[in-house]
Amino acid sequence: MGISEFAVKEAEASPQEKVINDMSIQVATVNGSGSQTANTVLLRAIFQMGIPVSGKNMFPSNIAGLPTWFTVRASKYGYIGRKKEIDFLVAMNPETAEEDVRGLEAGASVVYDEKLNLNRLRQDLIFYPVPFDQLVAPICPNAKLRKLVRNMIYDGVLAKLLGIPMEEIHTALKKQFRKKASAVELNFNAARVGYDYAEQHLPKRGRFWLERMDATRGKIIIDGNSAAALGALFGGVTVCTWYPITPSSSLAEALADYLRRYRMDPETGKATFAIVQGEDELASLGMAIGAGWAGARSMTATSGPGISLMSEFAGLGYYVEVPVVIFDIQRVGPSTGLPTRTAQGDILKNAVLSHGDTRHILLIPGSVEECFSMGVEAFDLAEEFQTPVFVMSDLDLGMNNWMADPFPYPEKPMARGKVLTAEDLDRLGGFERYGDVDGDGIGYRTLPGTRHPKAAYFARGSGHNAKAQYSERPEDYVANMDRLKKKLETARRRVPKPEITGAPDAEIGIIAYGSSHCAIVECLDQLRQEYGIESEYCRVRAYPFTEEVFDFIRRHRRVYVVEQNRDAQMKSLLRMEVDAAEVGKLRSVLHYLGMPIDARSITDSIVSQEEQI
Amino acid sequence: MATTTVPPAPAKKINRIGLERADYKGAASTLCAGCGHNAISERIIEACYEMGIEPYRVIKLSGIGCSSKSPAYFLSNSHGFNAVHGRMPSVASGAMFANRHLICLGVSGDGDTASIGIGQFVHLMRRNVPLIYIIEDNGCYGLTKGQFSATADLGSKLKNGIVNDLPPIDTCALAILLGATYVARSFSGDKKQLSALLKGALAHNGTALLDVISPCVTFNDHEGSTKSYSYVQEHDDPLAELDFVPFFSDITVDYDPGTTTEVTLHDGSRLLLKKLESDYDPTAKARALELLMESHEKGTVVTGLLYVNPQAPTFIDLLNLVDEPLATLPESKVRPPKQVLAEVMELLK
Ligand SMILES: Cc1ncc(C[n+]2csc(CCOP(=O)(O)OP(=O)(O)O)c2C)c(N)n1
Ligand code: SF4
Ligand SMILES: [Mg+2]
Repeated sequence: MGISEFAVKEAEASPQEKVINDMSIQVATVNGSGSQTANTVLLRAIFQMGIPVSGKNMFPSNIAGLPTWFTVRASKYGYIGRKKEIDFLVAMNPETAEEDVRGLEAGASVVYDEKLNLNRLRQDLIFYPVPFDQLVAPICPNAKLRKLVRNMIYDGVLAKLLGIPMEEIHTALKKQFRKKASAVELNFNAARVGYDYAEQHLPKRGRFWLERMDATRGKIIIDGNSAAALGALFGGVTVCTWYPITPSSSLAEALADYLRRYRMDPETGKATFAIVQGEDELASLGMAIGAGWAGARSMTATSGPGISLMSEFAGLGYYVEVPVVIFDIQRVGPSTGLPTRTAQGDILKNAVLSHGDTRHILLIPGSVEECFSMGVEAFDLAEEFQTPVFVMSDLDLGMNNWMADPFPYPEKPMARGKVLTAEDLDRLGGFERYGDVDGDGIGYRTLPGTRHPKAAYFARGSGHNAKAQYSERPEDYVANMDRLKKKLETARRRVPKPEITGAPDAEIGIIAYGSSHCAIVECLDQLRQEYGIESEYCRVRAYPFTEEVFDFIRRHRRVYVVEQNRDAQMKSLLRMEVDAAEVGKLRSVLHYLGMPIDARSITDSIVSQEEQI
Repeated sequence: MATTTVPPAPAKKINRIGLERADYKGAASTLCAGCGHNAISERIIEACYEMGIEPYRVIKLSGIGCSSKSPAYFLSNSHGFNAVHGRMPSVASGAMFANRHLICLGVSGDGDTASIGIGQFVHLMRRNVPLIYIIEDNGCYGLTKGQFSATADLGSKLKNGIVNDLPPIDTCALAILLGATYVARSFSGDKKQLSALLKGALAHNGTALLDVISPCVTFNDHEGSTKSYSYVQEHDDPLAELDFVPFFSDITVDYDPGTTTEVTLHDGSRLLLKKLESDYDPTAKARALELLMESHEKGTVVTGLLYVNPQAPTFIDLLNLVDEPLATLPESKVRPPKQVLAEVMELLK
């Protein structure tokens, strides 16, 4: 009896029930080996079967050659966060195969390239060796294409082993290649070969199965950056200036595609937008600020290193009071950090970005739907409050594929804020740019080019009085700073309120934000079902914090703030504002591996902290 | 009964759009008396008045420095933006994307441009965004009390005796090399030349760079400074005597045709260059660079219109923008209709 047969016997020996539509698959490949098609097709095929699914790409900062992992999670419960355990491994990368196999939990399955001989490594796993090279050669005479097509074979093998109908693979391929029939055929043949091989040589063992259900009807699959780009498109963006940086580049690139497609003036064929790649992030935000000052709906998209460069301009935008939207797709820092890994590391910094007393409005999307809706709303808020607005997405949300309901069309007309026209000036006889006639801290502005002798004012980052004149007088400085503070208080009442669910009378409160949301949903079930712990959950969606956040903290004994950074950045911001008596309630669950946060880690952390009470 | 006749008040001088010179003034300058920057502000006022520029269409932007303060001292009926150190080009460019009909005056210093702002300067010149970029060049950091800038000449000396031992950056040579389409050098004290160059720049469609030697009387106007009044006056080597004929003027300028080169600008205005000694063709790029290199070797300061290309497409042309300012497009033009979202959603299913 060979080792692998023995291992399978072992795995089979434990009494097992069929597990349906609840599993994670990890595909380990080499960056640049063309596994993207195979992975997307796998994801789509499961989606087409009606099973809730998500896909996460764990990739290196490299164009070709380094290891990359793609994880598919299928969950009948609708859990779309990362699952900590891997149930099915597809080991295609000789470099990492051994480590990948050693990291699996007992009972997991491994599809692997036969020549890697992985079955010698463990006896408690189920091994499915596949001779990829022998299988691909006859169906793909073109040696150059073979490397790419080879990956489709594992889709076929998985289809057989898990129960994915081949017609779903075919449909997904057609979606992937649109009109390129030859590409569809070539790739489908490869999948077919894999399917047939599995049918003849790989009897199914193990307990994981996929079966049709009806939970994805009408849903879409999209990444957060495309969703945010759509938000900007429907938010009426007119100027986008940006500088390439992972993980935000795909936002600007998707926007460029959408704009070229949907925003050319039908009468003249000319562009109703300017999208410009700047020389760096300083110039990108500088241009966006110049455009916002002159009346455009302007934006930039960047990530941590770009944010650091932008900080001087962010302060200028705040103090001169210029509307501009900054999409920050957060990645792991400090410094260059892990450029292709996810984190929530810019929360604290962006809230106060720049020197002096500076405060900014942050919107924190927790789903691709909110990448879209907040992408729209950010432009309204920026113009209403005449200030930079940061949309705090992250790599997990921005670059991974998520299932969502179709986005609703923004019905509310665009809010362009307090802008005076020449007619207004005739009526008013003049204006004070930094005055506060409405008592909400927001002044009136005019746009350059307004044809009126009283329209002009002088915007400056140096000290100024209500009339926008240079001033170093202490009274002027204080009045201006206090008005800016009042403006932030007005914003506190206007920004998106938190989403609060669960038991208001529970002892425990959980605060989380952004891409942690999907893991929290699952964690709340784990706490209740496995430990009988009831809790209330508050998903913070904006800074400044609205009153509801403070009320939430007041009504719980212990409040766990879950975040994807080392230094408890959101908790620090909360500590600055909660009553002194509440500070001691705040606890942390911190996750900063660079991997998307998973429910199990949060549950374990909360349970172990609760045990120590 | 005796009657007295009051003589009619002399008619106030107005320009072609009915404005007086006073309508182009700014706030009182807070710069040092005698600072070259003040003289440049005067020329800007004069050029805009004489050209009949509508103040509401002008935006004036700057970085940080004594020079960058000066937009407050001209055209108070125009929107102004005093941005951050070295970054005026980006802010000005963004404003022009938002509203292509604005007339943009950017004012910077040699520190603001050639050190902290060199990156933005380089890329602005390359893009040919329609705006006028004036460097008020005193070879030092005036506002931070006299340190050398990157345009200070090799061997020039600070008041405290420190000698500059690094070669200067020639912003005009750089601009020509990078693609600016109107490049000139002048001197704050040369009223006639500077005025003509400013008017030419206002008529030009594209990036116009004017490097104006502008002595700092407080920190850099002493014996031995190559950016002092006396040095520039002695070493000024004007390329040609310059005259500007706006497109709306029918005044004929009396020049001997054999000694005149004429450049027709974008709006139909003409720049007339009366040759002094050599033949100089300001549309020849390589020759312009050669001339600048020669003058460095001789220790002279060539002034005048060094290079012009009135035909090159501007960045606004390249962006293929609608005619209406992007800033004021109505919602119906910038928010696609419902069926577009439905179509996009369908593709994602
Ligand atoms: C980021 C930053 N660094 C430094 C300064 C200080 N600073 C103000 S003006 C200036 C130099 C200005 O020199 P220049 O542009 O030549 O103007 P001038 O005063 O000579 O007209 C410096 C270094 C600043 N304002 N901002
Ligand atoms: S310090 Fe020099 S540059 Fe500044 S205002 Fe005085 S003379 Fe002008
Ligand atoms: Mg200077």
